[in-house]
Amino acid sequence: MAEVTETKLPGVGIRYEFTTHDGVRLGVLHHHGGRREIVVYDEDDPDRASSVVELDADDGRTLSELLGATQVTEAVRAMQQRIEGLTLEWIELPARSSMVGQTIGTGELRSRTGASVVAVIRGETSVPAPGPEFVFEAGDVAVAVGTPEGLELLRVALRS
Amino acid sequence: MIPVLAATSETTATAFTELGAVVLVLAVLARVAGRVGIPAIPLYLLAGLLVGDGGFAAVDVSEGFIELAGQIGVLLLLFTLGLEYTSDELRNGLRTGLPPGAVDAVANFAPGFAAGLLLGWDVTEATLLGGVTWVSSSGIVAKVLTDLRRLGNRETPSILSLLVIEDLAMAVYLPVVGALVARQGAADTALTVVVALVAVAAILLLAMRGGDRLSALLAPASNESLLLAVFGLTLLVAGLAEEVQVSSAIGAFLVGLALSGAVQERTTSLIEPLRDLFAATFFVSFAFAVDAGDLLDVLWVAALLGVVTSATKLVSGWVAAGRLGVAERGRIRAGTALIARGEFSIVIASLGVGLADGPELGAVAAAYVLVTAVLGPVAARFADRLPVHAHLRARARA
Repeated sequence: MAEVTETKLPGVGIRYEFTTHDGVRLGVLHHHGGRREIVVYDEDDPDRASSVVELDADDGRTLSELLGATQVTEAVRAMQQRIEGLTLEWIELPARSSMVGQTIGTGELRSRTGASVVAVIRGETSVPAPGPEFVFEAGDVAVAVGTPEGLELLRVALRS
Repeated sequence: MIPVLAATSETTATAFTELGAVVLVLAVLARVAGRVGIPAIPLYLLAGLLVGDGGFAAVDVSEGFIELAGQIGVLLLLFTLGLEYTSDELRNGLRTGLPPGAVDAVANFAPGFAAGLLLGWDVTEATLLGGVTWVSSSGIVAKVLTDLRRLGNRETPSILSLLVIEDLAMAVYLPVVGALVARQGAADTALTVVVALVAVAAILLLAMRGGDRLSALLAPASNESLLLAVFGLTLLVAGLAEEVQVSSAIGAFLVGLALSGAVQERTTSLIEPLRDLFAATFFVSFAFAVDAGDLLDVLWVAALLGVVTSATKLVSGWVAAGRLGVAERGRIRAGTALIARGEFSIVIASLGVGLADGPELGAVAAAYVLVTAVLGPVAARFADRLPVHAHLRARARA
């Protein structure tokens, strides 16, 4: 991945930018309210945004799907259709989570919440069907299946 | 109830017609401003000039109400300004923005202060005029950057953090001039200033530390109850702040600062319509007190001051953007974006209404805002076509 720089815009939001392989400087501006702007910088005047596309929250989701999130969403949709009433969710473990350093088994996650962790994504790798001896690390993303209520309980357990 | 209503029904009728007419005129002006692409503030001021003292039509009955509504407008302007910033952004702004902020303060305060002394005013009025020329209009600058689609530009963070510094500097400046305006002895003035600054520091600390708790407390409220709670809290804190000579505006600013997260976003959308209404009446009621003839007399002063302080804002922008490694063209864009003065300048000038040279100060400030609020956005729009550019571009290419 290219190096992304982050700039805070007080009162407006945050701007991320990076240089594409072709050498184009590209930026995404996150407004506080959820609006996004895509910015392409001018070649002659690299400080100037020569073209700007404004996206509302919905447009942002559409664009991110078109850019490659599509396959994942389709897989999820197919899965949701197969198991009616169950939901799939990605839950990231923050560093402050009490589950960091704990195994799935000690957390008694399934019996407490009714939801199951079916895979864990750690950086570039993923661990499918982790056993009860699996130890969580900060930044792990747990892929969980369950009822919406069960997933909510699991989210609380993993994130606090 | 009914007899009371009957007795005052004639006054009520006059008040309603006057208010309705004034607000309708403002509606038309806001639309015209949007069409032409200039900020609405100068047009509101013009409207106030025309109906106020020495104008064509006089508003009698509703003047008191419009004045009070205008005062509430100031509170809401400052409240929404504080609402835009999170305490992290303030801390960040203070850390990185102090040196350019200091350059900006000196370069833009000095011309106004000097002009005040040259006009034969005393130090208090000159200090107020210095404030008028110092602070850019956060509202106009933000709108210009949005309209010209420059929020993504590399120089924009430097502009925004300069605005943060100016807004924070007002938290110190307003109480100090408030004490000066009160015209006590030197010892009493010093005491008032110290009390005011301690109070500002206390509220600021409270806003930054207790902001999350306040936001959590307000979070479950319905829209209706949230609006009422926020409006009430703003007025209450503003009133208490005024009580200890801190300036009610700063109290409102700090309340806005304290709100964060989801409550901040909901409040922004709830309070904005209210702010637009009350703020518009503020500019009108300020201009009521200004005599149109006085304004014409001082127009040349304001124009001259406008030219000088446009140049000094170019210096501010040049320095601030330069620190981020922005090239010449971007540094000029930053400077032109900062030229517009607006709401803060009028708030500062309105503090001096009761002073000996207050009416003249009001006229200069109104004319000055008229000049810079129109010139600023136009200059920003054509910043990339300014003549200096050809030669800068040649140098950049070479």
